[in-house]
Amino acid sequence: MSPPDPLIALSGVTRVFGSGAAAFQALRGIDLTIDEGDFVAIMGPSGSGKSSLMNILGCLDTPSGGSYRFRGLAVEGLSRDQRALLRRHALGFIFQGFNLLARTSAQENVELPLLYRGEPAAARHAAARAALASVGLTGWEHHGPAELSGGQQQRVAIARALVTGPSLLLADEPTGNLDTARSREIMDLLAALNRDQGITVVMVTHEPEMAAYAHRIVRLVDGLIASDERRAPGGQP
Amino acid sequence: MIWNALQLALREIRRNLMRSFLTILGIVIGVSAVITMVTLGNGATRAVSDQIASLGSNLLIVRPGQMLGPGRDSAGAPRFKVADADALRSQVSGLAAAVPVASKAVTLVAMARNWSSSVTGTTADWFTAGKWQLAAGRVFSAPEERAGAAVCVIGETIRRELFGGLDPIGQPLRVKQFSCEVIGLLGAKGQSTMGSDQDDIVVVPLRTLQRRLTGSTDVATLMISVKDEASMDVAKNQVTWLMRERRHIAPGDDDNFSVMDTRQIAETLSGTTKVMTGLLGAVAAVSLLVGGIGIMNIMLVSVTERTREIGIRLAIGALEREVLLQFLIEAVVLSSLGGLIGIALATLASIGGAALMHVPYLFNPGINLLSFGFSAAIGVIFGYVPASRAARLDPIEALRHE
Repeated sequence: MSPPDPLIALSGVTRVFGSGAAAFQALRGIDLTIDEGDFVAIMGPSGSGKSSLMNILGCLDTPSGGSYRFRGLAVEGLSRDQRALLRRHALGFIFQGFNLLARTSAQENVELPLLYRGEPAAARHAAARAALASVGLTGWEHHGPAELSGGQQQRVAIARALVTGPSLLLADEPTGNLDTARSREIMDLLAALNRDQGITVVMVTHEPEMAAYAHRIVRLVDGLIASDERRAPGGQP
Repeated sequence: MIWNALQLALREIRRNLMRSFLTILGIVIGVSAVITMVTLGNGATRAVSDQIASLGSNLLIVRPGQMLGPGRDSAGAPRFKVADADALRSQVSGLAAAVPVASKAVTLVAMARNWSSSVTGTTADWFTAGKWQLAAGRVFSAPEERAGAAVCVIGETIRRELFGGLDPIGQPLRVKQFSCEVIGLLGAKGQSTMGSDQDDIVVVPLRTLQRRLTGSTDVATLMISVKDEASMDVAKNQVTWLMRERRHIAPGDDDNFSVMDTRQIAETLSGTTKVMTGLLGAVAAVSLLVGGIGIMNIMLVSVTERTREIGIRLAIGALEREVLLQFLIEAVVLSSLGGLIGIALATLASIGGAALMHVPYLFNPGINLLSFGFSAAIGVIFGYVPASRAARLDPIEALRHE
């Protein structure tokens, strides 16, 4: 019996923007394996390729070279729609700017991915309420983003990412727009999801305090992995 | 997937009610303009043909010259004489009446009031042929006709304008330089759809008109009523044949008169209103097209404005065709909604307009369906460009968009 495929296996992944003299190499050859249930923080200075890596991990972008296996599936060979289906069924996104639909209630925001999955209305409503409850937003279902604080908006975004039961949660600077207290709440929530539900979390951050929540910290410099250190599980700052 | 996209689209429209309303305004106006114009036009056409039909379908009108249409005479064609009517009566079988008609515009004076109208000179048969009812008094007798007596029968409008509440029977009515006695009052027929008042009429014996007003023995038209409607064509041929003979037209030459039956007159008149209806409808259709361009404009702006939102949708796994469909359905729902509102507005406007114009309101399912279909099609056509632009956005770029 061969061991099961890791959740994520990158080998020699490069990403080049532009061509000719203007070409810019954002990723110069990344080898990275992430197992199910891990909590990884990706750190690095601006321009180190964090975002490019996240976009590739999130199947929003494809590598210019190298290979990306998601549970053994070669992502670079997928069409645009196939990648969209992979995102729909296996991935959850959390962004720095929350990215909720304006003038749309928390519940409707959370229901959006289920709508694309074609779930019936009753199931959608129930799942959205449950997801909002799991991020501590019971009673806020019918409030729009404008009526919610930044922390609450990010919780709605987390609920939206969770509602489909993803294998991988990708968080791009999830606390970048929040104060310290709010940031800790969000990080506690992500840590709990990782610990209790076994959801794999990959997070980009430049704050060491937030990275400390992760089990593993990958540092990028100039498109290459500079260090990859594993910390004591459940390590707190 | 369609149902999903429809839900997404409806949610989007509800989220931006004001913008949605402004977007569809062009379509609303376009659709309601098209339907109202065509409906009122059809009503007017119907009203004209109804009115002609109310004259009876057994009438033949003989005019000098070949031009069609009301009140047209071609210069040079010889006029008719009373003898023509007499000849028709005696030589064509199956005629109920052959009535010579002439008229002249005059100023009427009675009870120290005056009124501009026209005087028609004819025989007593004219009243039965034209299906007139007498409200009071009598029509002129044969001796009065022969003698050219100063007697007249007036219409309801003349009574109202000149005599007010007074009983006009037996009163004198001054017609230009002579005075005649009112012996009869006609029942009201109301306004004709061509805008003329049918009750604004004074009828005198033909000889009276010829002697005292026109000074000539000419007759403008011959009105023939046929006994049996089924023999209209036979009668028409006989009338034409007889008139050619009396007017010495060589075989092969064109008629210098025209014989029209009421159906023909109705077709001629309603043909005019149909052309008008078509023109107005075409102008309105252009406004519908402009409305469609408005939708495309707003949808394009909306795609730019909602770039980040499209990015979110793509990131959470929306397929290209789902985004395309959502925007396309949004455009179609908007334009169809505009179509429906337009139909509702047009129904109100048509009923109101029909009442105002004294024409019947005829619901026309064809033009309603056509306009609705057209507005929905506009949604597809003008929604496609913005929708495909939205669907092809790069999710990473779209998410970065401020």
